[in-house]
Amino acid sequence: MAKIDPLILIQSDDFDTAAEIARLTSSRHDIGAVVTFSGLCRDEAGTLSALEIEHYPGMASSEIGRIADEVLERWTLTGLTVIHRYGMIRPGENIVLVVAASAHRSAAFEAASFLMDYLKNAAPFWKKEHLANGATSTWVEAKTTDADALKRWQLQK
Amino acid sequence: MTKLVYFAWVRERIGKGEEEIELSPSIVTVDDLLSHLKTRGEEYEAALEYQDVIRVAINQEHVDHKTPIRGAHEIALFPPMTGG
Repeated sequence: MAKIDPLILIQSDDFDTAAEIARLTSSRHDIGAVVTFSGLCRDEAGTLSALEIEHYPGMASSEIGRIADEVLERWTLTGLTVIHRYGMIRPGENIVLVVAASAHRSAAFEAASFLMDYLKNAAPFWKKEHLANGATSTWVEAKTTDADALKRWQLQK
Repeated sequence: MTKLVYFAWVRERIGKGEEEIELSPSIVTVDDLLSHLKTRGEEYEAALEYQDVIRVAINQEHVDHKTPIRGAHEIALFPPMTGG
């Protein structure tokens, strides 16, 4: 089976999840499963007014491209889309989208999950929290649980 | 000249997003570079105080602190990533 080309977009604009699913599925009859993951901005119990997302232009897209290539080595997909936003994002708004399409569901589920675990650890984006009470904004600290999440993929396959 | 680029709190503490600097041949590895930068002033010291935490990319690819910097045209320093 020919390797597919993933679609990777790094943008400040919002995205349309339904349109991104349709982009992978329209006029095809070989797809049995589409898994989407959407990452949204939380308000942290009303304390957060916005997340400001900084990125490393160029490397953000190439690093996600590298992770996507690894996904496509491990799982047979019919389509893969990754969109990551940057800039000021308000609670309730979209941050990231992964759409993985495959013939059967397990490949799509696993591919989307693997991609998010690796993206969190290696894609050059940084979140800064702007607080509702006007206090000094602070950079989000990387979580050790995100690093731990990678380990489960090293035991499988 | 080598282009250095900084992101997130590394950028804020150093006070600029990028700069071009001349690196002496005695600066061999990423670790050497970080130690050298810390001598450039208190902003750099503040940014690179916890040297082990700083992530580095050479020509937009992740590298560890033992990596030689020879041939690098762009070296990026940044905190652990928090995307997604």
